[in-house]
Amino acid sequence: MSVLSIEELSVAIGGPILRDVSLEIAPGEILALTGESGSGKSMTALAVMGLLPRVAGVTGRISVDGAEVTGRSEKALCALRGATMGMVFQEPMTALNPVQPIGRQVAETARLHRPLGRGEAETLARAALDRVGLSEIPLSRFPHELSGGQRQRVVIAMATVLRPKLLIADEPTTALDVTTQARILELLRRLAREEGMGLLLITHDLAVVHGLADRIAVMNRGEIVETGPTGEVFAAQRHAYTRALFAASRHRAALAPRPPGPPLLEVSKLSQSYALPRKRLFAPRPRFRALSEVGFGIRAGERVGLVGESGSGKSTLTRALLGLEAPEAGGVTLGGVPVSARATPPETRAQMQVVFQDPYGSFNPRHRVGRLVAEPFHLMPGAPKGPEREAAVAEALEAVGLSGRDAARHIHEFSGGQRQRIAIARALITRPRFIVFDEAVSALDVRVRARILDLIARLSEDYGLAYLFISHDLSVVRGITTRVLVLRRGEIVEEGPTEEVLARPRHAYTQELIAAAPVLPADLAAGEEIHAT
Amino acid sequence: MLAYALRRLVSLGLSLVVASLVIFLVVEVAPGDPASFMLGINAQPDTVAALRAELGLDLPKWQRYLAWVGGMVTGDFGMSYTYRTPVSEMVMDRLWISLPLALYALVLSTALAFPAALLAASRRGEAGDFAVMGATQLGIAVPNFWFAMLLVLLFAINLGWFSAGGFPGWEDPGAALKALTLPAVALALPQAAILARVMRSALIDILAEDFMRTARAKGLTRAQALWRHGVRNALIPVLTILGLQFSFLLAGAIIIEQVFFLPGLGRLIFQAISQRDLIVVESVVMLLVFAVILVTFLTDMAYAAVDPRLRRRA
Amino acid sequence: MIRRLAPGAALSLVFVVAALLSYLWTPYAVDGMAIADRLKAPSGAHLLGTDHFGRDILSMLMVGARTSLAVALVAVGIGMGLGVPLGLAAAARHGGWLDEVIMRGNDLVFAFPSLVIAILITAIAGPSALNAIIAIGIFNVPVFARLTRGAALALWAREFIMAARVAGKGRVRISVEHILPNVTNLLIVQGTIQFSLGILAEAGLSYVGLGAQPPVPSWGRMLADAQTMVALAPHVALMPGLAIVFSVLGLNLLGDGLRDALDPKLREVRA
Repeated sequence: MSVLSIEELSVAIGGPILRDVSLEIAPGEILALTGESGSGKSMTALAVMGLLPRVAGVTGRISVDGAEVTGRSEKALCALRGATMGMVFQEPMTALNPVQPIGRQVAETARLHRPLGRGEAETLARAALDRVGLSEIPLSRFPHELSGGQRQRVVIAMATVLRPKLLIADEPTTALDVTTQARILELLRRLAREEGMGLLLITHDLAVVHGLADRIAVMNRGEIVETGPTGEVFAAQRHAYTRALFAASRHRAALAPRPPGPPLLEVSKLSQSYALPRKRLFAPRPRFRALSEVGFGIRAGERVGLVGESGSGKSTLTRALLGLEAPEAGGVTLGGVPVSARATPPETRAQMQVVFQDPYGSFNPRHRVGRLVAEPFHLMPGAPKGPEREAAVAEALEAVGLSGRDAARHIHEFSGGQRQRIAIARALITRPRFIVFDEAVSALDVRVRARILDLIARLSEDYGLAYLFISHDLSVVRGITTRVLVLRRGEIVEEGPTEEVLARPRHAYTQELIAAAPVLPADLAAGEEIHAT
Repeated sequence: MLAYALRRLVSLGLSLVVASLVIFLVVEVAPGDPASFMLGINAQPDTVAALRAELGLDLPKWQRYLAWVGGMVTGDFGMSYTYRTPVSEMVMDRLWISLPLALYALVLSTALAFPAALLAASRRGEAGDFAVMGATQLGIAVPNFWFAMLLVLLFAINLGWFSAGGFPGWEDPGAALKALTLPAVALALPQAAILARVMRSALIDILAEDFMRTARAKGLTRAQALWRHGVRNALIPVLTILGLQFSFLLAGAIIIEQVFFLPGLGRLIFQAISQRDLIVVESVVMLLVFAVILVTFLTDMAYAAVDPRLRRRA
Repeated sequence: MIRRLAPGAALSLVFVVAALLSYLWTPYAVDGMAIADRLKAPSGAHLLGTDHFGRDILSMLMVGARTSLAVALVAVGIGMGLGVPLGLAAAARHGGWLDEVIMRGNDLVFAFPSLVIAILITAIAGPSALNAIIAIGIFNVPVFARLTRGAALALWAREFIMAARVAGKGRVRISVEHILPNVTNLLIVQGTIQFSLGILAEAGLSYVGLGAQPPVPSWGRMLADAQTMVALAPHVALMPGLAIVFSVLGLNLLGDGLRDALDPKLREVRA
């Protein structure tokens, strides 16, 4: 008997959200539900848990381990949740109650469903935490004392303490570093196999699916467009949407070879540290070294990548490069002129621009696009005014594939991908020679991401731009840069041509990073190439 | 935890020092010499001088400040200019009315607000929520001294359940509490309205947190999740308001005492102002400020007790 | 949206119109005593009745609204005028000495409840409407400073501020151009709340004799006068109280309505 069976599930909240979704999961089986944001993946999970908003209209049947979910009373649903089915969420940093020790939170699941004393429940909680690899961590710890990966393990322990028949994991590793991701995915796989638990894994990342899932279901706009054993779906790609997703996932921008230009950006022995809170009263405040003696150079027109996990010093480096924060030691020069927090000549600053990660936080919501794009003109003493300025804005917008008329619109009228285009237009307006892309495509869906990467490659060609592309994602860096730097704990541990570093990493950390990164099988690259435009 | 407490304690001490300086300086610039005021317009200059010397008014300002502060630390608040009795005795007598009144009101307001907020938050958008929100909207708009007059009109004059004012003393605690009941209700109701609104919105914010969804995924019902995981987290903003409310209640008590003819700090301070008994004004204001700063400190400690994240921070 | 704003806006409008109209016309003169007409219940001649001097209560309420309006408005003006720049400056130099000084100064003012400030001021300068304004206004400063600083700090961490800094803009310019416009909604909402609190505070101060002095009419003093007659003629105490309740209620409802109307999160959903 299957642990999860969904038959023709439709959900409407205002408009239709899910349409005729049908799924089956057998004991011990891992089913990956994949698709882009807004496709209805998470709604499906919430429907199974019976946690949809009360206004939702639901038709169809869901049963978990033979028990009906649809039409069940709230009280009866509570008896299923946590005991028969458990769920793990995306954001481990906020998924735990900050004011309760973790042991109590794990034990709560057990005590809720079984008549257990405090001691017995704690024993069960201890066992569950041991199972998820937290045997070293005492039950009395609070969530804020644990790392992101450890917190996610606690959430998994909480969901599996009673060995449920079905575990739902909604983007369980999206917020985590690659190396942590690999370990969490391995843990989920092991739990499913050893406990005979069905696992519904929701992820946008096809590479994660490939390494883990037995079967895959591809979702688009509330419908399942294709489903089958992972290998078959990967090989056949019968549905057009599946093909587009696959093509975009392994898309690499076309980078024309370019002779190295003269040196442009010089970073020499950059160091930065921050004071941490005192450990004891009157003890000296310990310092956290965010960067230690980081040095590298970028030539005119060069396309360089920087890879690092969270806490590697990426953000500190970005701020120092842009002259937003004075480093403790060392310095940055652009075209031979020093860049510093206090006195960078405007003409030098105008040579250097930035595109940030968050397409929603990068713009003042009160200004129109024209004003937003023209903001860096502030740096140019002879900046165009009036109609000339409008023409310059229109040109920049057209260069990124938007229309000059968009200048009069407000930022909230644009999608995430369009906003990243506007951010690029803003960066281009002063005709800089160097742009920092700070995780500039990390928040985007794969198909949008592929288009933005193409745009960056083309603009770099057209404008002779050099850039530093900062990302935690190796596969993105591979497709958009010719040279790569690997940053770890504030130090550059490896540097070299991108292909070479990825194919033959020398440093142990780079090797670990590459081993941990989930990959799509190489033979698929030979398949039909859909142009992601 | 200890480091956190010590840091807050140092900051508390600093606030007290600065507050005492401010009060002293403000009262010092006040026009009018207490000695000549006490003796009347026809007093002889040498009598005034003698009284000034007796009251210590002829000393340099900094010496008088130190004497005042030093005296307060040892419980000696000086002599009332008007009554020639120790200020500390006058204040202590009155404090035994104002402080119990403020605490009584705080308890009432909390007891009213918590259930109302829980009800409203757990039935957000339903009839119960609308009823609570409407009542609190009205409660905030009602001035407490007017509400007190209405209470007197209804319960004292028309129904005769309570006396319209005065205080029988603490010899009979039952009678004393009864005399404080109407004033406490008048003080508490508007504060309860504010507290209920803050707590409701804190609870609603918490309901949207990820960990509440986690709690539901464990199998907790909506109400269980709210009670076990929501309330303690919602306490953090509520504590801030509770701390602030104490100072409002103390100050509010000063006004309410006028309605019920209660011989508390409020009546003492108004009397002292009209008689230019500045040393009494100084001392009572300092005492009120001390109470507020102390409560702020206790609130900070309560934060640390509720939120483990604060205990670690030095 | 209009429906949510309407009740609050209507009540507030009645309050403002009554105050302004009183400059031109009131049903009776407020200084006209007519002992023969004292303590009359509401009737056709005196819509809200008369007080212990035979003065028309409606007329007194209209003139009293001026005092409430002026005191609360100026007090909010003082609070915003000083508090907002202080809050912006503290956020722009977060963690610096200026931030520290501003925040400690705020803590200090919070330690003196507004009534205590009023008592201190009265003790020196004697009771008056002006002193009431100062007492309430000083207490408004830290409220606006804290609110502005908190909201501004959240904005300073946003990427569009980083983008402006990369575009070479200074802290002052960013504060004025990017931060201030994005905190105005909050300030408007808080402004209506402080306005209504100002009306309550003014009424309280006048009630205990620390606010507006005779012959300036004020709602708080009308209540103080009415207190001894509450058993005899309840309407004398009822009317000024209701005037306070309705004007404060109106302003609070207006504030809530504005918060919903101006909340960018809600607007995002509609867009």
